[in-house]
Amino acid sequence: MRKPNTSLQIEPAHNPACHPPPSLIFENNLWRGSFKAMASDCELLIEGCQQALAEQLLRAAAIETWRIEYKYSRYRSDNVMAAINQSDGKDLSVDSETNALFDFADQCYQLSDGLFDISSGVLRKIWHFDGSDNIPSENEIAKILPDIGWSKVLRKTREDGISISLPSGMELDLGGLGKEYAVDRSLFLMLNILVKAHQADTCRLLINYGGDLACSGPRLNRSPWHIAVESIKASNKASADVRLSKGAIATSGDANRYLLKDGVRYSHVLNPKTGCSVTDAPHSVSVYGATCMQAGMLSTIASLYGKDAEAFLAAQEVEYWIQR
Amino acid sequence: MQLTDKSTQKKSFKKIAPSLAAASCALVAGSGLLMTENALAGESSSPGAWDFEVATLLYTESDDRVQAVEPIFSATRNFEDGEKLNFKLTFDTLTGASPNGATPSDQVQTFTRPSGNDSYDVRASDSPLDDTFRDTRGSLAVNWSAPIDREWEYSTGGYFSKEYDYLSLGFNGGLTRYFNQKNTTLNMGISLANDMIDPVGGTPVALSEMAHQSSGNFSNEFAASRSSDDSKTVFDVLVGVTQVIDKDSLFQVNYGASMSNGYLTDPFKMLSVIDDNASGTNFGGNATDANGNNIYLYEARPDSRLKHTLFFQYKRYVNDGDVLDASYRFLTDDWGINSHTLDFKYRFAMGSSYLEPHVRYYMQNEADFYKRFVNASDYNSGTPNFSEASADERLSEMSATTLGLKYGHALANGHEFSIRGEYYMQTHDGESGYGKLASQDLYPGSDAMMLQFTYSF
Repeated sequence: MRKPNTSLQIEPAHNPACHPPPSLIFENNLWRGSFKAMASDCELLIEGCQQALAEQLLRAAAIETWRIEYKYSRYRSDNVMAAINQSDGKDLSVDSETNALFDFADQCYQLSDGLFDISSGVLRKIWHFDGSDNIPSENEIAKILPDIGWSKVLRKTREDGISISLPSGMELDLGGLGKEYAVDRSLFLMLNILVKAHQADTCRLLINYGGDLACSGPRLNRSPWHIAVESIKASNKASADVRLSKGAIATSGDANRYLLKDGVRYSHVLNPKTGCSVTDAPHSVSVYGATCMQAGMLSTIASLYGKDAEAFLAAQEVEYWIQR
Repeated sequence: MQLTDKSTQKKSFKKIAPSLAAASCALVAGSGLLMTENALAGESSSPGAWDFEVATLLYTESDDRVQAVEPIFSATRNFEDGEKLNFKLTFDTLTGASPNGATPSDQVQTFTRPSGNDSYDVRASDSPLDDTFRDTRGSLAVNWSAPIDREWEYSTGGYFSKEYDYLSLGFNGGLTRYFNQKNTTLNMGISLANDMIDPVGGTPVALSEMAHQSSGNFSNEFAASRSSDDSKTVFDVLVGVTQVIDKDSLFQVNYGASMSNGYLTDPFKMLSVIDDNASGTNFGGNATDANGNNIYLYEARPDSRLKHTLFFQYKRYVNDGDVLDASYRFLTDDWGINSHTLDFKYRFAMGSSYLEPHVRYYMQNEADFYKRFVNASDYNSGTPNFSEASADERLSEMSATTLGLKYGHALANGHEFSIRGEYYMQTHDGESGYGKLASQDLYPGSDAMMLQFTYSF
């Protein structure tokens, strides 16, 4: 049975970046919702519910993902991140969601001994991963290192909330966790809708935002979800067939983003402490986790460990795939 | 490409996965408990939106006594930062008859209507019911609650209710303190209400005799039995603790005190005076005045009442969707009433629907001044040896059982409708009659049916 493709009308206020409307089709006994966000194909698979509820779920997920994209994108000049990055060292109060994301980033910074650092984005000013042999000089790196270091960012509790003060010249970028955050938030909101509709048991969900996945549990017949994930290559050509029956999977990889000089492959994974590209970083690291953010952080930090990625992940006692 | 579950390499890396999982859960959900709380309460709180609920309640008592139609309209607005504004509008239309307190008799009885404008007859052996009972009530309640910080929340509200002869105004305020990651909640609340009653013809003078229209001196006698409008104030204090036991269950204990002062008497209730002269021919019949009319006294209650209540509730989430809700309430007051209420509900989740059976049992003993009737010797020809008396069945020894069933269905668009039916059975007991009165049913039971439709969107 196949129903025609339905386009969801979303009010412009909820679609600030003017994406095409999400679409919903029914095939193989599943509702398949898709929309574009964060430069990725975002997809939902919904099993066991009526069209109206599927539309409600897709709508909630798209609106939330677009909201996060718009609020935290580094490509906009009119959002929270732009305001912080243009604050020129002055105190700026931040809303509670942004502050909670900084709390999370702070924990990742502490837990990774400074390897995961949301202030490392300025390195992109000197590292251009265009496939060329254009490696920045030691001098260029030394000049930019003082502008990196999350520990230099001050956060204060004021009467009117939390304020942040970012030293002049530094930049913060939540892009490294935005997509995983959108996956987890979408799942959370959709589960709340299902609980309210008393359908948490009878309706199952899978989220796939450009290879970052999360599900509400196995399919109704208790078998795992099978998903072909483009960003995880099983061989040079085919995408990997991933199975997921609980939690989430996230992948970090350099795909086609690297520099090649004198036979050395410089990955796009940059160490914020040295300002250098991590040599021997795996092509891709996929990690299973309880949440997509956890899985995403583990795979990102594993990449930063380069040749020790496997050892790091082994110590985490999580399931993972590494492609070198 | 390697497919690896556990690497054989050993290097000393910290295990950070659990901390990352906890941090990400806290970030995404606020806290895991929040979701459980919402699921238990079954409430939504999407900010920026209004939630509406419309309901119609149909209530009918056996013997065509009271019938009520009660449309309820409620609107709740949730704000971004957790503030909540709620309006609730209720209209009642009550028609029917309610017991006026007098005993049934082997004779036809004639009662003057509370307004003094008319009278009505009650057949021999029938329970005397006042059929003037017809009223329309409108009430509006507004409530506002808002978080102060992560641990404190306050609420405040106002209440206005108007009936034809009744005006009620109230204010309330509350404070909530969360402890222990919101696993423990302390609630404190106070409310103050002022009620004005101004029935047509005024309120009756306590323990005065009902004037008979057949009397030649009716207008003077009626005026003598009346005073003007009256009022009462009610002050309530409540302290409660809710404790989340685990992710599926919670326990609540509340203590409440309620102090009422002023006119607490029911202006529509009276008592029969019964001839207790065992050697006379009218033993157990209605005592009569000089004109040969039956003597009925308007009731008199104390002008203050202090109630204490203890309430215990246990709620548990079972089998991913069923909800068990059991509670017990104990009330004691300085009118001598002790009451116990046991209430049990179980919600069976069935996909997008649920079915919820409900059983409630209520029992109380009688108030110190409750009298089914007054002995003529105690009335003492107008100089009674008591100062308070009421035959209101709600102050008698009674028990009541309620059986109910509710069916709810969530629509795919997120709206919900429910239908609730309840059957209520009430029995009373007390002092039995003597002489002629012994053959009358002084404590008739009563049944009531209630049907409610609700639609939330």
